[in-house]
Amino acid sequence: MSETTKKIQQGLKKRYAREKRFRFFGLLSILISFTFLLVLLTTISSKGLPAFQQTYIKLDVLLDEDVLGVNKTSEHQALFAANYGKVIKNSLKTMFPNVKGRKQKRALKNLVSKSAAYDLRDEVIKNPDLLGTTRSFWFLAKDDIDMFMKGKIDRNVPEADRRIKDYQLLWIEQLMTEERLEKRFNTVLFSAGDSREPEQAGLKGAVMGSLFTMLVTFFLSFPIAVAAAAYLEEFAPQNNRWVDMIEININNLAAVPSIVFGLLGLAVYISFFGIPRSTPLIGGLVLALMSLPTIIIASRAAIKSVPSSIKEAAVGLGASPIQVLFQHTLPLAMPGILTGTIIGMAQALGETAPLLMIGMVAFVAEVPSGVMDPSTVMPVQIYLWSDSPERAFTERTSAAIMVLLGFLVLMNLFAIMLRKKFERHW
Amino acid sequence: MPFQTLLITLVALLIFSYFIGHKRSIAVSTLHKGRRNLHSRPHYYGYMVAIWAGLPALLILFLWSAFSASMVTSLTISGLPDSMQLKTHDELGLIINEVKNIIEAGQISNETDLVKRNAAIHYQRLHNISSLAKTVVVLVAALLGLLLSWRMIKPETRARNRVEAVVRWAMIGCASIAVLTTVGIVFSVLFESLHFFQSVPASEFLFGTKWSPQTAIRADQVGGSGSFGAIPLFLGTLLISLIALLIAVPLGLMSAIYLSEYASKRFRAFAKPTLEILAGIPTVVYGFFAALTVAPFLRDVGESMGLSVASESALAAGLVMGIMIIPFVSSLSDDVISAVPQAMRDGAYGMGATQSEAILQVVIPAALPGIVGGVLLAASRAIGETMIVVMAAGLSAKLTINPLEAVTTVTVQIVTLLTGDQEFDSPKTLAAFALGLGLFVITLLLNVLALHIIRKYREEYE
Repeated sequence: MSETTKKIQQGLKKRYAREKRFRFFGLLSILISFTFLLVLLTTISSKGLPAFQQTYIKLDVLLDEDVLGVNKTSEHQALFAANYGKVIKNSLKTMFPNVKGRKQKRALKNLVSKSAAYDLRDEVIKNPDLLGTTRSFWFLAKDDIDMFMKGKIDRNVPEADRRIKDYQLLWIEQLMTEERLEKRFNTVLFSAGDSREPEQAGLKGAVMGSLFTMLVTFFLSFPIAVAAAAYLEEFAPQNNRWVDMIEININNLAAVPSIVFGLLGLAVYISFFGIPRSTPLIGGLVLALMSLPTIIIASRAAIKSVPSSIKEAAVGLGASPIQVLFQHTLPLAMPGILTGTIIGMAQALGETAPLLMIGMVAFVAEVPSGVMDPSTVMPVQIYLWSDSPERAFTERTSAAIMVLLGFLVLMNLFAIMLRKKFERHW
Repeated sequence: MPFQTLLITLVALLIFSYFIGHKRSIAVSTLHKGRRNLHSRPHYYGYMVAIWAGLPALLILFLWSAFSASMVTSLTISGLPDSMQLKTHDELGLIINEVKNIIEAGQISNETDLVKRNAAIHYQRLHNISSLAKTVVVLVAALLGLLLSWRMIKPETRARNRVEAVVRWAMIGCASIAVLTTVGIVFSVLFESLHFFQSVPASEFLFGTKWSPQTAIRADQVGGSGSFGAIPLFLGTLLISLIALLIAVPLGLMSAIYLSEYASKRFRAFAKPTLEILAGIPTVVYGFFAALTVAPFLRDVGESMGLSVASESALAAGLVMGIMIIPFVSSLSDDVISAVPQAMRDGAYGMGATQSEAILQVVIPAALPGIVGGVLLAASRAIGETMIVVMAAGLSAKLTINPLEAVTTVTVQIVTLLTGDQEFDSPKTLAAFALGLGLFVITLLLNVLALHIIRKYREEYE
């Protein structure tokens, strides 16, 4: 064995160990990234899952005609304006007759949500024959009660630091033994707009706002991006200054921070053109500009992959370049274009920062019904709720994130399906 | 007619004109020995008429609608009595707003201030004239176009070529929107920034070390003049981005190396898309995660080690941002590592190198320009990232490089300056545009540099 071979063999063990270590670090870094993802998703879902349930309280309400000041023959207006809060209060008083002091009385009233009176009103208007009778109704519980029922408030904490006081605990225990407390599926979360009261706050306004915004974005960015991509791929002259400039700009726009698009929307759309702020229209306009580069780049790749033999055959049969584009190239490239569009839309759906600049952070309780109504969108709703101090909002924020992620997963699955189904190898 | 009605009318007219164009071409051709003597197929005549009827009218409609409001406003201002003309721009804007409110509330006849009342009447009259004129002009333009193009239909009219020319120009227009957007961004931030630098000198903004944008509403209030030194903001941005890169670059690069060099096909097919999920999660989710889970966790860990960690520490924001940009680094590095020719690895193996030695001493140096480009792109992404820092980093503009303290960033300040109820022309809101300009310039430079490096590298192996 020569001197050199000896030297090499001495070092071999060390080198193999180093090789193993290197390989292990590679695997480790992937696993660390996976762990981050897993931790993120599990914390969000473990926090958010309880929000899909909501505590309801059953109360026996005497719909006293004297207290309400209306009877079965009253007009709609009178029924609408009657004091339903009072009868609910009375019902609570008869259930807990020993409550003394202003503080406790107020706490008693706050067992049920403020929306209870409106629910009762709607029931009575639907069926005025209920007046004068005693009926059981399930009402939304106040957020503190809900949090307690979900185990978010620890009863071993000293009373002074606890949101639920000892006397409230006694009430809850009594309600529980009488089986008047129940957790049900949280329909409010999906059927109501935003609210300052956690138990009444829902996502519907944000979901509809997102829908309208995405519609505007799609109808603006899809045709423009496809036309731009088709021009750049099929018609643009080589070595043309303007074309080069367009290409450079598209690449740069793809990397411009999203918040800068918000500044553009504020300065140009709102201040200059006077488009009303907080509307899905302006949100869609800003997001359309943002998603343009993504869709253009994907569409160009799809158009490029259509084989030239197909185009040449069409030209040979006498088709003009535009006819070739619309009758052959675009239909064949459409699956790829649509996949890119869906991915661009998914990005736009999760975008928050530019929408903060153009007034979509406003508190909007009504569900928007068009592109000109003030509204918010899902990511901004998440941001707004995460800023609210109530504990119940933390839970709802996580639930809203789960809903948003659900939409994103659906969109991406659809894109993958589209690609799998229509992908062609020429 | 309101905008929507006018638009719907126009669209109806468009469809109608397509059909009469179509019909007319067939009628004309039967007079001239059959359809095969028609230059183009009949539907092209339909499109031609529809374009002539619709395009000019739609253009007029959109331009008119976009500019009429500001025209009416400026005409109303010039209609105010001479004494009012001497007022400043802001005061005039205030008066116009009041006038608009009066009109919206329907209180013109109840208004006691004679000047405002007259202005309201004047404004409403101008508005009505503009709206009526718009309707008339748009409809006349549409009908005129319809009539002219309808009369143009003859067998020898080259309808297809005309339609295709319009389509081609429309496509060029669509492609140019990218340039227009850049121009729009540059002008909007530049214009407002210049406005800002008139009240705050550029040297103070660029080199000042104190940032407190609270300006007083009245001149005699305490703390009347805010200070706009942007150094702490840029330092905070740099600190958080640096933490993010310190996490993302090693993890992303090692992941890319493992995926492209070691991993089996099956593992790669599963791991690569899973890593990409990290890039697809909306940033507001990361922000929530950082503020609610990571920051308290770090504070507890810090406390147990006897360190005081701010509840909105730069570390928490940077850590979560680092997780977010891992896929950017890994997928870009993966691409360039895969592009290194196999022959170079084989050469290294032939010299007796182990796989890791081949990677570290041959593949990575060869792929380095591409990796650097990817890191620069990731850095620009980190600098421009907004929601994570808005939710997890603080608002206090401290001049510190301690990652355990709270810092603020450029994007956070833009959001806070612009989301409050502020007058548009105050230095406070204008400062946001100056910050936006800085952000745009820095990210643009990083992107250009990154793309340049990547492109230069690609040429070497092709």
